[in-house]
Amino acid sequence: MSPASKPNKNAKAIQEVVVISGKGGTGKTSVTAALAALGPKKVLADCDVDAADLHLVLAPDNIRTEDFIAGERAFINADACVGCGLCLEHCRYGAVSAQFEIINENCEGCGVCAFVCPEDAAVMLPRHCGVWHIAKTRFGSLVHARLGVAEENSGKLVTTVRQAARKLAEEQGASLILTDGPPGIGCPVIASLGGADLALAVAEPTTSALHDLKRVHDLTKHFDIPLMVIINKSGINEEITKTIGDYCKDNGVEMAGTLPYDNAFTQAQIRALSVVEYDPEGRGRDLLGLWNRIQARLDQDNQ
Amino acid sequence: MRIVIASGKGGTGKTTVVANLATYLKLSGLNVSVADCDVEEPNLHLFLNPRLDIEKTTTVPVPKVDPERCTGDDCGLCAQLCRFKALILMAGEVMVFAELCHGCGLCTLACPEKAIIEDSRIIGVVRSGMVGCMPFTEGELRIGEAMSPPLIEAVKSASPKNEVELIDCPPGTSCPVIKSLDGADFSVLVTEPTPFGLHDLDLAVQTLRQLRIPFGVVINRDGMGNSCVHDYLEREGIALLGTIPHSLEAAQAYSRGQLHVGHVQGFEAHYARLWDNIRQQIGEIHS
Amino acid sequence: MIIAISSQGPGLESQVDPRFGRAAGFVVVDTDSGKHSYSDNEQNLQLAQGAGIQAAQNVAKTGATAVITGHVGPKAYLALNKGNIQIFLGASGTVAESLEAYKNGTMQPATSPDKQGHW
Repeated sequence: MSPASKPNKNAKAIQEVVVISGKGGTGKTSVTAALAALGPKKVLADCDVDAADLHLVLAPDNIRTEDFIAGERAFINADACVGCGLCLEHCRYGAVSAQFEIINENCEGCGVCAFVCPEDAAVMLPRHCGVWHIAKTRFGSLVHARLGVAEENSGKLVTTVRQAARKLAEEQGASLILTDGPPGIGCPVIASLGGADLALAVAEPTTSALHDLKRVHDLTKHFDIPLMVIINKSGINEEITKTIGDYCKDNGVEMAGTLPYDNAFTQAQIRALSVVEYDPEGRGRDLLGLWNRIQARLDQDNQ
Repeated sequence: MRIVIASGKGGTGKTTVVANLATYLKLSGLNVSVADCDVEEPNLHLFLNPRLDIEKTTTVPVPKVDPERCTGDDCGLCAQLCRFKALILMAGEVMVFAELCHGCGLCTLACPEKAIIEDSRIIGVVRSGMVGCMPFTEGELRIGEAMSPPLIEAVKSASPKNEVELIDCPPGTSCPVIKSLDGADFSVLVTEPTPFGLHDLDLAVQTLRQLRIPFGVVINRDGMGNSCVHDYLEREGIALLGTIPHSLEAAQAYSRGQLHVGHVQGFEAHYARLWDNIRQQIGEIHS
Repeated sequence: MIIAISSQGPGLESQVDPRFGRAAGFVVVDTDSGKHSYSDNEQNLQLAQGAGIQAAQNVAKTGATAVITGHVGPKAYLALNKGNIQIFLGASGTVAESLEAYKNGTMQPATSPDKQGHW
């Protein structure tokens, strides 16, 4: 049955795995790039829109680019401004300077200044926050984006990227969306997790990463998203590797597996390769094992 | 002197640099304070072990509609005007969805019946204390809360402006980072010598140039990757403030929540050199 | 009565959209006259948060007293409840098919949301 005639059935069959970490630098993007090389037909999404790196390994060929226009930005027309100062008085974000100019980086686009301005000198304009692309890569289609410097609305851009990825997956009959998520637990992470079938947290055996993993777990519990954990760079500290394993066991979080610290990850990155391509017999094998565990969990949850 | 330690990429070593530099400066007798503005994942306390004495909740304003004064279906102006879609008109009444509210006050101002007053809701906590004689401030965002900038503002307000104030920033270049960078006299960008490190460093550099904040770069785990970052700094004429070498011993100390200074042989010198170069850069800016 | 069904397209033969807040639109059916119309939900698709409550507001404006959809999150649930709009979850197939299921009494009104937020 071709995808076009039963879009609803396909929509049900697509599962999304979002790779997160809490703490930055644990190897989210390297792991995502490696998993991209494995598993079923998929669409990839890079939702780390503040500092997107996945494209550095996937070498995307952009076939479509869209402007991301979201929210608004205030603008004060100096010619019409009479210097009454109402905008400065009411702006809660420090976005109006003493000379009654908008400080773009601080403007939240709330519309208060435009509302209070007696001269209509302050107006709200559409805000160009960034761009997003649909691209072809050797592992499947990739939706990726670049948020403008000092911009807000990363949550909205993340949502745009994920929606585009889902649409592509439906059109292409792909059964998996693999999403590289942002670090932290804030708005962009929340936006990348909504409706996901599985969150995959990449941790490392350090006190910092353990601390952050617990907060990430609280977040996935809060939004009712199943969680699996990979411990990357496991050789650095055996004790904390065990502590993380124990935490997972005690809290009903499934361990997908561990990956040893290996310069192969950096060497692969330098060559713009996933570690599966660079070191197929070594780390490549480890990642295949990890993927099989993840696929098994996805199959189990799908029943 | 407010110095904000930032990066584009997460995990490059911002907290490592803040913790170790602060400790080095404290040992040198300088009057220094630290603030952790990574309110989503605050880790600085793991390395400095502060004695935390005060915990204060931080709130943001949220509208409360008086149903007696609200004219409901005849108006709906608040729901119409709200840029964050936090208010809707349903069954003749206004419903407020607090988590979506940015606390801008527009609905309160706009209501023709003056039916809206401002209540408040908790977004997180600010904790203050000491690491020996060094003031320490951190913030922790409530899980599920999307807005960190007001909490970051609260952390900065609570942090004493000592002779040198070191601020640990979240990763990235979007609004929480901008909030943390606001008012910085100088910024230290921490990166790693890899393609991901370089790519994200460039984003951070663009951000700082746009904000017109003077900065320099520290390369952490130098030797683990290639020379792409060194080459970039030379090309761009950006000051290399220092390097911290890639070392298994340093990585292991970090993993245990230990500082480099005092625990990893030879590492104090790297932070000493870093401080000399920061001072030199700041001196050059003022001259 | 008027019923709104979350849909991927404007017709009765369109597939049900399982999402409420980010549905492409709502087919609004007047069960007394048999007439139907389409309420577009495009403007809510880009919202990172709050899509559900905006959709609830739009559905209320159509005069619907019941909604048939796949899932609703907690905020949309609150909003629909406030508007005294009954919620029927777990719909699948075409709009016409789910309307039949509702008429046959095989669907029960929801007593709680079935998804967490940000769906």
